[in-house]
Amino acid sequence: MKALSVLSFESIGRRAWKVWRRNLLTFLKTWRVNFIPPFLEPMLYLFALGFGVGSYIDQVEGIPYVRFIAPGLISISIMNASFFECTYSSYVRMHYQRIFDAMIATPITIEEVIAGELMWGATRSLIYTILMLPVFIGFGVVDLPSSLLVIPFAPVAGLLFAAIGMCFTAITPNIEALNYPSFLFITPMFLFSGTFFPLSMLPEPLQVIALSFLPLTHVVILIRSMTLNLLSASLVPNMIWILGVEAILCVLAISLMKKRLIV
Amino acid sequence: MNLGQRMALVIEAKSLEKRFGETTAVRNVNFTVEEGEVFGFLGPNGAGKTSTMRMIQCASPKTSGSLEVFGLDVGRFAREIRRRIGVVPQESNLDPDFTVFENLLIYASYFDISSEEARNRAEELLSYVKLEEKRYSRIDQLSGGMRRRLVLARALINNPSLLILDEPTTGLDPQARHLIWDKLRELVGEGRTIVLTTHYMEEAAHLCDRLVIMDQGSILVGGTPEELVRKYAGTHVIEVGSSPDAIACLERHGIPFEITGGYIQIFSEQVQEVASHLLKECPEHEMTSRPATLEDVFLRLTGRRLRE
Repeated sequence: MKALSVLSFESIGRRAWKVWRRNLLTFLKTWRVNFIPPFLEPMLYLFALGFGVGSYIDQVEGIPYVRFIAPGLISISIMNASFFECTYSSYVRMHYQRIFDAMIATPITIEEVIAGELMWGATRSLIYTILMLPVFIGFGVVDLPSSLLVIPFAPVAGLLFAAIGMCFTAITPNIEALNYPSFLFITPMFLFSGTFFPLSMLPEPLQVIALSFLPLTHVVILIRSMTLNLLSASLVPNMIWILGVEAILCVLAISLMKKRLIV
Repeated sequence: MNLGQRMALVIEAKSLEKRFGETTAVRNVNFTVEEGEVFGFLGPNGAGKTSTMRMIQCASPKTSGSLEVFGLDVGRFAREIRRRIGVVPQESNLDPDFTVFENLLIYASYFDISSEEARNRAEELLSYVKLEEKRYSRIDQLSGGMRRRLVLARALINNPSLLILDEPTTGLDPQARHLIWDKLRELVGEGRTIVLTTHYMEEAAHLCDRLVIMDQGSILVGGTPEELVRKYAGTHVIEVGSSPDAIACLERHGIPFEITGGYIQIFSEQVQEVASHLLKECPEHEMTSRPATLEDVFLRLTGRRLRE
């Protein structure tokens, strides 16, 4: 009951948006650095893997390889945008810049600070998606208009990885230790979540593990169904998985951070 | 109970305690701070000053006892209390991604101050702390003294009635320190209440109406600077080079003394009398006499042992 009260309207009210706004303003100040890399990176993968490697691959599950990996690349960008924002960047704001301390000396509470940070991580996923999607559309590797659903879905998926990242930030002893989740959790997800090859190519036990413990798997399934116009009711469990895990992890992230900072 | 008197209490702590696991940072502390006064916490490192300040500003929950700010319990009314206080932390935590002026604006937004009012207040405060010319500078381009002034300006953005300053002038040059002192005195003149910690006895004597000296989590003594000096150090301090015959002379006359770092210190109201004994009986020693200060009180009460 106590953990759930963090989600109440009172604590995650409009003050969390002030924290969010602070991050948006700094993001806009350095927009050049912020806009170009997330835009360029998926393009590089699209060319190297989609058009390069892809020319040796006939079809995957009946579709051209480049069209198969396009939703995987979008999903990875969504994951990276919010995960890295809520790990390294949040850690810098918390530990080196002491911005959270400055904020909680005002009427803003620690719950609102962390909620604002999570919302900002999700927003970053949305911004990257809005930047990337037109290019994928331009290359004709995603279908219209169903692909436009990726835009409203991006912050929903982004919040999941923001919460995962924030949980690690709350327990990490130092900034270097954030390399563990980055290499041991994010990298396997990047490769084994049905991003570059179908999940069905994995041995069955690994498929179960991927579906249970690699959140990106569900995000890739949903986004692929959007870009290939294959939406169906069979996707509801994936959506429920994402929303359920996300709700739990947001509450966990906030309470772990409170434990760390309010002593 | 006299209602008028109660209204004038800005902070009231009763049997206040703060424990971190096994260690007790603040131990059964009692004090009150009245409206419009400058109240100081003195003590060596690890005395519990910062822990006490953090509890007052609702940044750290108390372990036991009671603590009220503006008559409100710090646990239940943290948001209301924070709305009415300004905090200058020990380490400047300005936002490095914004300019000087933007730092004030963004901080105002955390207090729900409208952007027009924020601009007006930020303008006023910039000129108040003499940073108008640095308006567009980044934080890393400011000197230590400028940063401190900006933190002070930031703490005033919500027009607080209570200001909490943790070592406001540590590391500043004398010019910057005096400017901060002037500003603090002006702020008290406007009817605000100030609570501060400091390592500088001169600063405490200069600014504080009342102060407490803490050590190892407890309050040792409290009072006005003058009271404390009179009570714990007398009016004067006589210092003589340490030697067996000087010690013998003092013992003969039953004059209490302390030996510290190669010289003898005598805290006394009867300077003339002590001096004449010493001059008569061991004239070869160098002897000085000076007015007692808060630093003498502090060192007598907390000892000379180095603190981490």
